[in-house]
Amino acid sequence: MPTWQLRLLRGRPGSSPRLETYRVELPAEAYLIDAVEKIWAEQDRSLLFRHACHHASCGACGVRVNGRERLMCITPLREFSPDGVIQVEPLRHFPWLGDLLVDVSPMMRRMAEVGFAIIRRDELTADRPLPEGIEQITRFEDCIECGLCLSACPVMAADEAYLGPATLAAIERMLAEPRGGDTARLLTLADDPHGAWRCHSAMECTAVCPSNVDPASAIGRLRRRLIVEKLRRWIGGGR
Amino acid sequence: MSYHVVVIGAGSTGAAVAHDLALRGFRVTVVERGEVASGTSGRNHCLLHSGGRYAMRDPESARECIEENMILRRIMPEALELNDGLFVALDEQDLSFKERFLAACEECGIPAREIPVKQALALEPHLNPHILAAVQVPDGVFEPFRFCLSFLATAKHNGATVLTYTEVVDFVFQGRTVVGVRVRDRRTGEERVIGGDIVVNAAGPWSGKIAAMAGVDVPVVPTAGVMISVGRRWNRMVINRLNMPGDGDIIVPQRRTAIIGTTSWRVEDPDFIPIPEDHVRLLLDRAERFIPGYTRGGIRGVFAVARPLVGRRGVAADGRELSRTFECFDHAVDGVEGFVTITGGKMTTARAMAEKAVDVVCAKLGLEIPCRTREVPLLSYRAFF
Repeated sequence: MPTWQLRLLRGRPGSSPRLETYRVELPAEAYLIDAVEKIWAEQDRSLLFRHACHHASCGACGVRVNGRERLMCITPLREFSPDGVIQVEPLRHFPWLGDLLVDVSPMMRRMAEVGFAIIRRDELTADRPLPEGIEQITRFEDCIECGLCLSACPVMAADEAYLGPATLAAIERMLAEPRGGDTARLLTLADDPHGAWRCHSAMECTAVCPSNVDPASAIGRLRRRLIVEKLRRWIGGGR
Repeated sequence: MSYHVVVIGAGSTGAAVAHDLALRGFRVTVVERGEVASGTSGRNHCLLHSGGRYAMRDPESARECIEENMILRRIMPEALELNDGLFVALDEQDLSFKERFLAACEECGIPAREIPVKQALALEPHLNPHILAAVQVPDGVFEPFRFCLSFLATAKHNGATVLTYTEVVDFVFQGRTVVGVRVRDRRTGEERVIGGDIVVNAAGPWSGKIAAMAGVDVPVVPTAGVMISVGRRWNRMVINRLNMPGDGDIIVPQRRTAIIGTTSWRVEDPDFIPIPEDHVRLLLDRAERFIPGYTRGGIRGVFAVARPLVGRRGVAADGRELSRTFECFDHAVDGVEGFVTITGGKMTTARAMAEKAVDVVCAKLGLEIPCRTREVPLLSYRAFF
């Protein structure tokens, strides 16, 4: 069985973090979350990390792996060489709580402000007949609120008040399918110097999204919608 | 009333217990050594059981499942995919169970109806076209992390305190009565005592270890299972095999993915469960029988976790014979006062488990406070943050 070398960022707020190397034996079919969990179980019980579902549904295990935002649970070890080092660091642009752990509550509060509903109309199987007794076909939204896009976004580094790709993509989804949401309020929220207009189109969010959300395109659609709304107001005499 | 209850574990059981306690007016502190749902609950198969799976072999659990399924539709409607489920017969042996399955469902109060194979294939065009029968049941899909967070968010709103990354390291006794727990804050390393009138052990497959810390025995059997998620949602409904529960006989869809599960074997230590390679092969073979080409969308994740089954004497080592129902142990019978364990069960039945545990807590304190968790809608999981 191969031995993998992991270099984990360790430390607690108030002292400077350090990188520590661990060696862990696991088959190449295992995932990075297994390696980190095994280090916690067998080598160092003080290691802090977030995880829950282990199949990219909960969004809890986001980290930076060799500098790139990833979910540990769907990062297979076979991507790496046992001779190399897998460096794991916490997400950026969130309050750091220690080791690989960050506080995601600022993101969750913004998603709550949007009122982002997590159950949506299911377009994937819409061509099939409805099962008897089922009134509408629904599924969970793609966004799992993992925060990878916020960590990868260069604008987040420069502007703490920026709504961020996940929130803007959520606004765009709510405008497309309001589910009782107040669309006028959402448009006002997005139409802000720290909102849709702040995005530089660096596309990093879409590059790291593990769940098909494509926030960069969503922000593009949101901007077009904002422009159309503005034109409509001007043409309509400022109403 | 100002009784304080300490709940150990923030999986589905602990979360639901905290919610029930808070609604009945208790002061509540939940201690959890990791993230919410970082143990068994998080790595759940995500199946909101109709009870169909247990109707033939474990009717008590089946009845609990359908009752709780209907309650969860009321109290957390915004966090469930409700697209029903199918039990399909893949061969003659499966088919021979059909009448018995339908009768068992009726007996347990599970609305099950046979639909023509042609209709089933129209509903699920990726299903094996050679299925011999299909029965529709009210299965559903939840998202385990947010399921737990919803209960905890509501508990917090009603005054509960939730301490994550806080590990129980010992029990505090006065004579033979538990009067609190000693915990370590894993972020600071500091230890402190949290006093409680009652301590509830809701640590799932770890509840045996927790109980041992208090010097009592809980017959919990950590029984692991493997699940594999793929990168394409082939099925809209939950697809089950029409047979006795076995390995690799359910495919649960979620978002754009689908999860095949499970297997079943006993483990000693649920902290880290190595995934047996032959289980992965077996699951993929079985999935292929339901949905030919199941792995064409790529394997997304492979994971294993231990169920907290309640042990019985003379049961086979794989745990398939153990009931999925739950049990509440008042450890006064073991000579330890102030300490209750709630274990076993399914995530689908977490609310009922909590009701039972809190009834026991109330009885121990001589209180009569009705349970309200059947009616009170839960807050959004985001209110937890």
